Amino acid sequence: MLKPMSCKLLVIGAGPGGYVCAIRAGQLGIDTVVVEALRPGGTCLNIGCIPSKALIHAAEAFEAAKAAAEANNPLGISASAPVLNLAKTVEWKDGIVARLTGGVAGLMKKAGVKYVSGTARFENGETVIVATDMGEQEIHAENIVIATGSVPVEIPSLPFGDRIISSKEALKLSEPPEKLVVVGGGYIGLELGTAYAKLGSQVTVVEAAPRILPLYDAELSAPVARRLAKLGVEVLTSTKALGLSPDGASLRVESEETARSLPADKILVAVGRKPHFEGLGLEELAIDMEGRHIRVDDRCRTAMRGIYAIGDATGEPMLAHRAMAQGEMVAEIVAGHKRAWDKQAIPAVCFTDPEIVSVGLGPEEAKASGREVKTAFFPFAANGRAMTLQSEEGFVRVVARADNHLILGIQAVGAGVSELASGFGLALEMGARLEDLAATIHAHPTMGEAVPEAALRALGKALHI
Amino acid sequence: MGEHLIKTPDVGEGIAEAELVEWHVKPGDLVREDMVLASVMTDKATVEIPSPIAGKVLWLGAEVGDKIAIGGPLIRLEVAGEGNVAASGAASAAPQKEAPKAEAPQPAPQAPAPKAAEPEKPAPKAEKPKAAASRPTPGLRTSGPPRPPGEKPLASPAVRLKAREAGADLRRVRGTGPAGRITHEDLEAWLSGAGEPEGGGSRLVANTAVEEVKVIGLRRRIAEKMALSKSRIPHITYVEEVDVSALEDLRESLNKTRGPDRPKLTIIPFLMRAMVKAVAEQPQLNAVFDDEAGIVRRHGGVHIGIAAQTPAGLVVPVVRHAEARDLWDCAVEMNRVAEAAKAGTATREELSGSTITISSLGALGGIVSTPVINHPEVAIIGVNKMAVRPVWNGSAFAPRKIMNLSSSFDHRVIDGWDAATFVQRIRALLETPALLFMEA
Repeated sequence: MLKPMSCKLLVIGAGPGGYVCAIRAGQLGIDTVVVEALRPGGTCLNIGCIPSKALIHAAEAFEAAKAAAEANNPLGISASAPVLNLAKTVEWKDGIVARLTGGVAGLMKKAGVKYVSGTARFENGETVIVATDMGEQEIHAENIVIATGSVPVEIPSLPFGDRIISSKEALKLSEPPEKLVVVGGGYIGLELGTAYAKLGSQVTVVEAAPRILPLYDAELSAPVARRLAKLGVEVLTSTKALGLSPDGASLRVESEETARSLPADKILVAVGRKPHFEGLGLEELAIDMEGRHIRVDDRCRTAMRGIYAIGDATGEPMLAHRAMAQGEMVAEIVAGHKRAWDKQAIPAVCFTDPEIVSVGLGPEEAKASGREVKTAFFPFAANGRAMTLQSEEGFVRVVARADNHLILGIQAVGAGVSELASGFGLALEMGARLEDLAATIHAHPTMGEAVPEAALRALGKALHI
Repeated sequence: MGEHLIKTPDVGEGIAEAELVEWHVKPGDLVREDMVLASVMTDKATVEIPSPIAGKVLWLGAEVGDKIAIGGPLIRLEVAGEGNVAASGAASAAPQKEAPKAEAPQPAPQAPAPKAAEPEKPAPKAEKPKAAASRPTPGLRTSGPPRPPGEKPLASPAVRLKAREAGADLRRVRGTGPAGRITHEDLEAWLSGAGEPEGGGSRLVANTAVEEVKVIGLRRRIAEKMALSKSRIPHITYVEEVDVSALEDLRESLNKTRGPDRPKLTIIPFLMRAMVKAVAEQPQLNAVFDDEAGIVRRHGGVHIGIAAQTPAGLVVPVVRHAEARDLWDCAVEMNRVAEAAKAGTATREELSGSTITISSLGALGGIVSTPVINHPEVAIIGVNKMAVRPVWNGSAFAPRKIMNLSSSFDHRVIDGWDAATFVQRIRALLETPALLFMEA
């Protein structure tokens, strides 16, 4: 038993929400302790956003090298067939992760945050017991932030193991599986499935809904579906995964028409994530839940005074940038500043091929709000930069109010469009109108030129289409 | 499929143009034969224009409030079979086809575009740099248009943060920016306003809204008529009080004993009869003055206009030949034309041709009014509200029912003496109502 500690702010979890909260709190002079069971950076830095993007980049580089090795490729490059050493790729990726997590630890230290490594459990609303390597550490805190993140959802008939893996294991395979079956056609399954398809795996995607990426509209997901087909990825929609075959070497799936067995060296289950509260002792607290996650108000306060929750613990959308914004807000609230959640838009990005970015409302959501809506898109097929990148698939789409042209949402599909998210978000937060987008000079030649063009088209005066 | 052009039909005798007061259809609508397309107004009658053919509306030829030429293009329909447009010569068909094409896919641009642009223009620049010394009018601190109910305030993240820290509720701050966006300046102006404590629920706020109401249809006619009358006619207004105690006794008794098929009498039919008697002695008052020709036309028939309030505005239905109607007949005919006017079913004849007019505001009548002569007539009698007033009868104050008559005359052709004589005659007739029923 270690000597009890006390502090003004205790943050449980050092993922993107928790570490940002702790850093800001430290900067504001608050006596802050952060508890983390694993490594700082949480899922995002260690086993999520960052490592998956590294793997996707490597897969794209390998794909480009394969294309260059093809005879008579249009770019006129001659190269021999590339060879992949995935173990080396993973090593490179781990290097990036180490740099980032080390950076986060350094930032927290610099801000004066105390870091306790161990698993936290609530004793009561003001006290947390942390199981550390050196024994139990009791911490009293005036304010506690639950930032425990989320974990992959497991399918009971497909328990994670050697052959059945989650996204975490998929990021550290020593070689691409010959046959990979991905259960779940959401963004996680498709990002990883696409990467492995490019790295040489024969990939099959099994999705229960009638189409992939069911959370995005069909217009946005269609280019991704076309690209998957080109990559040779078999996509089985309206199909359910039942379980392993008796010999354990294939996955039994069933659709309305047929039942089949898909041979698989690895089965990646990516059917969603759920808040992670295991062992946290939430049952000791009187906080309200909303389904699987904690109910919070517009200041991320739970039903118990002094206890906040941020990030995936508070449910959808489970996105790192949302957690970071919540963490920053809570730190400032604890410091006595007046703050409340008033964000207009939380961008969502799919690092599929092509990428999808969506900020604000889509056309159907906007119409559902009862307003008259103007929608227009500009295809990259009419964009010079997209042609020079051999990436003419996709478009930029704007959704605006018909009466005052206030922009309600901007979406895009295309190579590298995730980088356009910053401008989209800015336009929504600033309350831009179609005329504002249309009148902003976008550099030529860039794919971003499609943004003012889409706005012009919504205004009925497109130039390049 | 062809295009059918419908021209504005001749809706009134000998007029060259009519005012479009309402469209009953919009582009894209399907119309059946005989369905009403538009309403146009001529003089005082509103005429509905039916469709001679079934089809789909492609194009509207005018906006509400426009004067449209009789025989001019009114509307284009897409009809089954050959239309009457496409078949004509290529030279004229081509440009005609162009117009509806440009219009049809985008019905919006003309109307919404200026609407959307307007909010940015008004006030902000003009309003801001007012002298700092004077205490600003509450609410004028931000001069943007009021936010429609249910709309969220629109502001950049920095403005939202500043408002949060200052404890300002952005829902109460009006935005002058595009689409009603609240700018830093709006917020600063709001905050520096009167320094009233936050949260006072009953803060009075200046309403800077300006609603533009197009003066069209009947309202435009009224406006033109009033302007014509007041600019052409030098009015002389003469007010006299009338003791209607005896008349009221008579009216009450007649109303009590009237038959079931007779209307309830107001004071107006008595006045009408009094006017008939008075103009018999002073025919120059029952006349219309054609000032351009320099002729006063004295009419034998007494056609009394009755100014009536309708939902659309003031109209003046006419009781024709009051000289040939007895008291009850005057009442019946007045009720009939007034009802028709209110229902909008009055004909042109029922709304024109008066030679002298009565203006009565009934129970709202007030003490005095300055009636505007119904051009080109020369006299109008205004009836004010009746009230019981103490009247000195030589030895004591007695309660008497007193009603004022406020009457205007065209001073070009009616001298003050004649005007006064006329009103005094009416007064004498009303004060001794038996005289109304004496044959001359």
